[in-house]
Amino acid sequence: MASYAFRLNGRAVSADSWDPAQPLLYVLRNTFSLHGVKFGCGLGQCGACTVMLDGKAVRSCQTRIDRAAGHSVTTIEGLGTPASPHRVQAAFVAEQAAQCGYCTNGMVITAAALLAQTATPSDEQVKQSLAGNLCRCGTYTRILRAVTRAARA
Amino acid sequence: MTIARRDLLKAGGAVIVSFAFRPTVRSAEAFALHSDADVIASQGSDGKPLDPASVDSFLAFHRDGTVTVYTGKVDVGTGLRVAVAQMAAEELGISPRQITVVDGDTGLCPDQGGTGGSTGLTRGGADVRQAAATARQALLALGATRLNHDAGDLTIADGEVRPRAGGAGATIASLIGDKRLAIAVDPKAPLRDPASYTSVGQPVPRPDVPAKCTGRHVYVHDFTLPGMLHARVIRPSSIGATLASVDEASIRGIPDVRVVRVGSFLAVVSSDEWAVVRAAAELKTTWSDAQTLPGSEGLERWTRSAAIDRDQAVVTRGDAPAAIAGAAKTMSATYFWPFQSHASLGPCCAVADIRDDGGTVWSSSQGTHGLRANLSKVFGLNPARVRVVFLDGSGSYGTNGGDHVAADAVLLSKTIAKPVRVQWSRQDETAWDPKGPQQLLDVRAGLDAAGAIVGWDTEMWLPAQAPGARALLAADAAGLAQDHGQGAGAITQNGDPPYACANARVLVHWIKETPLQLSNLRAPGKIANVFAVESFTDELAAAANADPIAFRLARLTDPRAIEVIRRTAQRFNWETRPSPRPRQAAGPLTGRGVAYMRYKQAENYVAIAMEVAVDPQSGRIAVSRVVCAHDCGLVVNPDALKNQIEGCILQTLSRALHEQVTFDRARVTSVDWASYPILRATESPAVDVILIERRDQPLLGAGEAATAPVAAALANAVFDASGVRLRTVPFTADRVKAALARASTDLG
Repeated sequence: MASYAFRLNGRAVSADSWDPAQPLLYVLRNTFSLHGVKFGCGLGQCGACTVMLDGKAVRSCQTRIDRAAGHSVTTIEGLGTPASPHRVQAAFVAEQAAQCGYCTNGMVITAAALLAQTATPSDEQVKQSLAGNLCRCGTYTRILRAVTRAARA
Repeated sequence: MTIARRDLLKAGGAVIVSFAFRPTVRSAEAFALHSDADVIASQGSDGKPLDPASVDSFLAFHRDGTVTVYTGKVDVGTGLRVAVAQMAAEELGISPRQITVVDGDTGLCPDQGGTGGSTGLTRGGADVRQAAATARQALLALGATRLNHDAGDLTIADGEVRPRAGGAGATIASLIGDKRLAIAVDPKAPLRDPASYTSVGQPVPRPDVPAKCTGRHVYVHDFTLPGMLHARVIRPSSIGATLASVDEASIRGIPDVRVVRVGSFLAVVSSDEWAVVRAAAELKTTWSDAQTLPGSEGLERWTRSAAIDRDQAVVTRGDAPAAIAGAAKTMSATYFWPFQSHASLGPCCAVADIRDDGGTVWSSSQGTHGLRANLSKVFGLNPARVRVVFLDGSGSYGTNGGDHVAADAVLLSKTIAKPVRVQWSRQDETAWDPKGPQQLLDVRAGLDAAGAIVGWDTEMWLPAQAPGARALLAADAAGLAQDHGQGAGAITQNGDPPYACANARVLVHWIKETPLQLSNLRAPGKIANVFAVESFTDELAAAANADPIAFRLARLTDPRAIEVIRRTAQRFNWETRPSPRPRQAAGPLTGRGVAYMRYKQAENYVAIAMEVAVDPQSGRIAVSRVVCAHDCGLVVNPDALKNQIEGCILQTLSRALHEQVTFDRARVTSVDWASYPILRATESPAVDVILIERRDQPLLGAGEAATAPVAAALANAVFDASGVRLRTVPFTADRVKAALARASTDLG
C-alpha cells in the first residue's frame, strides 16, 4: 500500500491508500476523522466536500489522494474553532447562516478562499463564487449576508 | 439516579479518539450516549421513565444547575432544540443556556409522534412546557419547605426559588439536583403569563450553529463504532426488478470487500469506505426486466385517465355545481404539479448494530419511535430490545431515504452480525427517496353580475393513500413480509379559497395506482393546492380588471388575514392596478404578484409578494425580491423562525422553478444535481420577512406554512410581467419561452 505525504491543517501527515485514485474526501473523513468535510454527490456538483488545496477551494470528492500528495490541505476544522473561529465562521454564526448545516462546510471554505483572494468582493462576486455550492434548506440569503459581513470584518 | 450528562461524557470518553480536535459538548454527548455499550445495555433498566404522563420523562435536573430536556420530536436543522429549551426555561425560571435537549432517542425520550405537520412545537414543545410548568409547582413546594415560606409567596428566577419580597433563596439544583421528581404531568398546572416572558420571544442563538460552522457538529454520517463496517447497497436496475446474477469476480481487484446477498437485496461490505464505493460501482450484476411505470412524459394525461379508487368530497359548503351552473359568468383552469424529491443535500445514512433480536440503530429519521416499531416488525426483532437513536442528518423536509437506509443497515448488521454503516449514493437518494406525489387540479368558479364569487369547485386527482407502514426497500428486495402502505400526508387541505364564497366544494378523485412510492414532502399537498387556488384567484381578479390585493381584501373579513396582506403590500410598496402590467418596451419583462393563504385553513396566516423579471429571449425567470408577512401567533424564537420562513420561500422557489422527477418505463431518470437541478445562490432574491407576533395567541408550527403561497405568488408575478399564465410546474426557461411564443402568436 502506497503512502502519501502532505500538509494537513498546518501539520505534516501521511496517509496510506491501496488506491491512488481514492478521493481525498474519504482519506480526510476516515483516516483523519475530519468529519467537517461532507459527502454530497461524489460528482463535483454540490460543493459539500470543499476543502482548500494550497489555499484554493477544491472538491475533495474529485481530488485524488495522489494529486493531494505534496500539497497543503486545509479543512474547516483547521480554519478555526468554536472558541477561536475564522472571521468567515464568526460571520456565519453571527448571521445564524445555517439550517441543517450539511452545506455549511463548503460555503465556509469557498467564502474563506474567496476573501483570501478578493478582500472586498461585490455582492455579485460573492454570489458567483458560491454558484457551485448548493443549499437545500434555502439559507442562501443568510449565507450571502454572512460572507459580506466577513469581508467587512 | 438519572442519566446525568457528565456521567455520559465520562462514560464515552474512552470510546472515540478524535484527531487533534476536542469534540463539542453535543458531539461528545452524542458519542457518549450512543457508543458506550453499558449505557446502551442499561437503557430502560435504570428506570428513567419514558411515559409522556410523567414529568421525569421530559426533564432531568442536575446538581450543577443544568437541566436536560428529553423530547421525541427532533431538530432537523429547524431550530426545534433551542425553541423547546426556551419554552422549558420560561416555566422553570432558568436560562435556556442551562438546558441541553436530547431529541428522538427512543431509549431516553418519550414518544410524541413523528416530527411532521409542523407539530414540533405545538405538540413536542407544548408537552415539555406542561411538564416544566408541573415541575415549577413542585419546585415551589420544595422551596416552601426548605425556606419555610408559603409557596404562594415564592417565585423562581435565575435558577433559584426565592421569596418574591426578597431574601435568601434555594437553588433548583439544591432542591432536586440529580434526583427525580416522580410526579405526573399536571395538564392544569398554570403556565407563565406571556406578558412576563423573558426567554420565549427572544432571538436566542441556536447552539448547533457554531459547531456546524467549524466542522464539529456530529451528523449520523459522522458516527462510528469500533469494528464498524461500511456498506453500499446496489439497488435494482429497474423498479421491481429481481436479481438474476452477480459476478463477484468483477470486483476481485478491490481489496477486502465482501458481497452480501439476501434474495434480491445486494450489498458490498468492507472496513474501507472507498472500497465499497468502488465495488458498488464496478460489481457486475444482471436483473430481470421490469417496465412498470407510465413514464413522466404525459403524466398529466395519465393522471386524468387513471383508474379511480373512490371519490371523496373533502369540502362541501352549499351547492357549488348548481351555483356555478346558474352564475352570470364562469371560469375554469387546470393546474399540474409534478412528482418531486426531498433531494436532501447529503444522501441518507444510518448505522446499525444488531445482535440476536435487538440492538441499536442510529438514524436521522423524523420518526424514530415509528421506525423502531416498523424495523422490529419487519426484521423480526423485539421492539423492547431495539433502540433508535436520532442523530442529525442532512435536511430531510419529510420522509426522505432515511427510513430506507436504516432498514438497509439493520438487514446487513443482522445478516453479518457486525455494526454496519450504510450511506446512499447521490443517485440512489435522488432516485429512490419516496416522493411527493403529482397533483392535478381542475378549478371552476361562477361569478354574479357584480363580480361576487357565487360558487367554487376544485377537483383533485391524487394517488390513493393506503394504510400501514411504508414498505422498506431492503425488506421488499429480501422477500420479507411487510406492510405496503402509501402515505403522503394531508394532501387535500387548502383546496378551497379562503375568500367569501357561499358555495364551495373540493372533490378528490383518489387514483388507485402510484408509479412511485409516496411520502410526506414539506407542506404535503398544500403547496400545489394553494398554487391552484391562488393562481385562479388571480385569474378571477384579472378578469374583473381588479387589483389582485384589492380583490382579495374585498373578500376577507378575518382581521389577521387582512393584516398579513396589508403589511406585505405596504412593505413591498405595492402599486395598485390590475394585472397584467401594460405592455413593456423591449428588455426583461418585470412584474409583481401576490398570494395569501391560511395554513390548513386553520393555522398560520401568510401573505407573500414578489417581484420578477422574465427574459423574453431565454424564458428565464429571475426573482429579485420577496416580502412575506407571517402570523403564527406566539413567536418562540424570532430569528430561528425567520430562518425557517426564508428557507420555506427559497426552497419552494426551487421547487416551482426547477424541480420535476422524471422517469421512463423502468426507473427514475432524474438522479443527480444535473438532472434534478435546484435553486442556486446566484438565483437567491432579497427576502424581507415581517413577523406579526401575537403573545396573546397560541403558537402554531411554522416549519412549512410559508412554503404554500410561494408558487402562486411567482406565477402571478410572471403573469403580471408577461401576460402569460403558468399553470404547470416547474416554470423552466423552455416552458416559459414556449408559453411566451404561444401568447404572441395568439395576440398576432
